[in-house]
Amino acid sequence: MAIAQTAPAGDVTLGPVLFNWTPEAWRDFYFRIADEAPVETVYLGEIICSKRAPLFAPHLEVVATRLATAGKTVVFSTLTEVMSKLDRKLVESLSDGDMVEANDASAFSFLHGRPHHIGPFINVYNERTLVVLARGGACNVCLPVELPATAIRTLAAEAQKLNVTLEVQVFGRLPLALSARCYHARAHGRTKDSCQFVCENDPDGLVLRTLENKPFLTVNGIQTLSFEYLDLSGDLATLQDMGIRRFRLSPHSCDMVAVATIFRDALDGRVDAQDTHARLEALKLEAPFVNGFFHGKAGKHWQAAARH
Amino acid sequence: MTETSGYQRPELVCPAGTPAGLRTAVDAGADAVYCGLQNETNARNFPGLNFTPAELEQSLAYAHARGANVLLAVNTFPPAGRFELWREAIDLAARLGVDAVIVADIGVADYAAQTHPELRLHLSVQAGASSPEAIRYYCREFGVKRVVLPRMLTVAEIAALHRQIPCEIEAFIFGNIGMMAEGRCSLTNYVTGVSTNMDGVCSPAASVHYEQDARHTLTTRLGPVVIDRFICGESAGYPTICKGRYLCSAKKDAYYAFEEPVSLNLTALLPDLMRAGVTALKIEGRQRSRAYVKDVVSAFRVAVDDLMAGRDVPLAGLLALTEGRRETEGTFRSKRWR
Repeated sequence: MAIAQTAPAGDVTLGPVLFNWTPEAWRDFYFRIADEAPVETVYLGEIICSKRAPLFAPHLEVVATRLATAGKTVVFSTLTEVMSKLDRKLVESLSDGDMVEANDASAFSFLHGRPHHIGPFINVYNERTLVVLARGGACNVCLPVELPATAIRTLAAEAQKLNVTLEVQVFGRLPLALSARCYHARAHGRTKDSCQFVCENDPDGLVLRTLENKPFLTVNGIQTLSFEYLDLSGDLATLQDMGIRRFRLSPHSCDMVAVATIFRDALDGRVDAQDTHARLEALKLEAPFVNGFFHGKAGKHWQAAARH
Repeated sequence: MTETSGYQRPELVCPAGTPAGLRTAVDAGADAVYCGLQNETNARNFPGLNFTPAELEQSLAYAHARGANVLLAVNTFPPAGRFELWREAIDLAARLGVDAVIVADIGVADYAAQTHPELRLHLSVQAGASSPEAIRYYCREFGVKRVVLPRMLTVAEIAALHRQIPCEIEAFIFGNIGMMAEGRCSLTNYVTGVSTNMDGVCSPAASVHYEQDARHTLTTRLGPVVIDRFICGESAGYPTICKGRYLCSAKKDAYYAFEEPVSLNLTALLPDLMRAGVTALKIEGRQRSRAYVKDVVSAFRVAVDDLMAGRDVPLAGLLALTEGRRETEGTFRSKRWR
C-alpha cells in the first residue's frame, strides 16, 4: 500500500524578464507561458531600467490578466536600482492591491506592514535579516544567487519557523552585479540618457569575451550577468530536503515552456537528475551550465551530479 | 557645525589600514578615521591589514586624545550560521567605545540597534542605499545617523537627497572607484570562490597572476580569467574584473567595458559638495601606504581649511597620487558619465 507523501514537491516559478525584448515578443512570451508552462508564480515588471518600463506598460494589464486567468499567481517586481525621480515613481506606482516583490530597500517604504516578497537583489544572507524582513511583512524570499548550500540550509530552517517561504534560482544566467552606468550604452559609445535603447538588440544580453577570446560575462544595461547558465537541476533533491519549495527560472529567449516542463518533471520525480541535465543540454543553449555557488565554489564552476 | 559663506565645515574621514596608518592619518589632520578588524567582518579583509581588538583599543586612545573620532567598519554580510563573528565585532565596538560602527547588513544593523542602542550607526556604502526611501528605511528601522552614499549620484542629486532624509551624508571624494554598486557585486566570487559580500575581499591577491611573454607583454589574470594585457612599458594596473579590457560584438577592438583604471578625485567639486549638505568627506584607501595616506590627508586638510577661510584651493598635488595618474569625477559632475 502506498503511503501518502507529506512533503510537497514544490513550485516552479518564473522570474521577471531581465532583458529588453520587443514589447510584442514580451507579450507573446507571457501569453505562451500562461497557456502552456507548468509554473505556479510569474514575476512581472521591468527591474533593470526605468526607461524601458513604458515600452511594456501597454501590455502589462492584459498579460497579468491572461496569467491570472490561467491560474498563475502574478507578483510585480520592483526596480533593482532606484536613484532618479523616474525610478522612484515606478516603485511607488505599484498598486496597493497587488503582491509585490522588492528588489531594493526603496520599496520597503511602501510595503512595510503588508505581505510582500523579497527579491534576490536584496541581501538576505542570514537568519537575523530574515527575521527583520518577516517582521516587516515579507512572506517569500528569493535568495541571492551567491549563497552556498550550507547557508541556504540554515536559512530554510529559520524561514520555516517564521512562516516565510524561500525561493532559489535554479536556471538561467546569474545576476552578478549592478552599476550606475549603462554598459550597453557604453559599448555603443553612448550614455544612459542617450542610449536609444541599444539593449533591444541582445535578447539574452551582450556577451563580453576576454582578451583570449573566451566568453566571460553578459551585459544587460546597468546589469552584469554570467555568460554561463545556472543549472541546479542536479541539486533539486537536496533543496527539497532543506525545505525549499519554490524554484525560480530566469527567462531567456530559449524555449522556456520546455525548461519549465523539464524542471516540473524533475521536481515530481518523473525524471532523474542525470536525464534532467541531459534534457537541458539538448536545448543547445549558447553557453555551458554552471552550479559552483551552491557548492561553495567559484560560481563559474560546474560540479557534475554524483551517479547513483 | 559652523557656517562659513554657505559652507558647512565637513568632517574629513580618512582610511586607517593599520595602527601606524591610523596615527599617520590623525597626525595629518583627519577629523575621523575608519578601520576594520582582522577578519571577514569588513570589506577590506586583506592579509597584513586591519586591527586586533587590543590595537583598536590603543588606537582609540590615541585618536581621542587628539580629538579625532574612530569609526569601525563592520560592513560585510554574514552568511547564515556565521553571524557570531559579526556579533562579536559589534559587541567589541560598543565595549571599547568607538564613535560609530559602519554597517551594511540588515541583520547586523538590527543586532546593533537592539543590543547597543547607545552605539551610533552609520550606513555603509555597501548597503547601496541610493534613494530617500531606502535611506529613510534604515533610519527608521535601526536609527542610522549617517549614510555613506553610493558613488552613483550627481552633486545636484545629493543636494536634493539631503533635503529628503533625516540623517547626515558622507560622500567619497578621493581614491579607488568601484564601478559596480557596492554590496551588490558577485563578480569576484564568480571567478575565485571568494565573496566580496561575505568574505570582504574584492579580487583577492591569492587569485591574481601576472604572466610575461618573450616580448615582455604582461598578462594579468584573476583565477583563470584574463583581465588585461599590457605591452612592454605600459603601466599595469591591479587586475579587478570591473577595470579589465574585453571584446564584444559592438566594438572593433578590446575596450574597458566597465571603466578605465582611474581614480576618483572630487577636489574641484568640494565647494559644491559642501554646499549640497555633505557632512563628511571620505577618502578611500585602507590598503594604501602610510606615505600615501599622509600626502592625501594633508592635502585635503589644507583644501578644506582653505575653503572654509575663503581661499583658493591648490589642486595639482593630488593628481600625482591618483591611480595611473588618471582621475575622474565619476558620476558626481554630470549624468553623462552614466
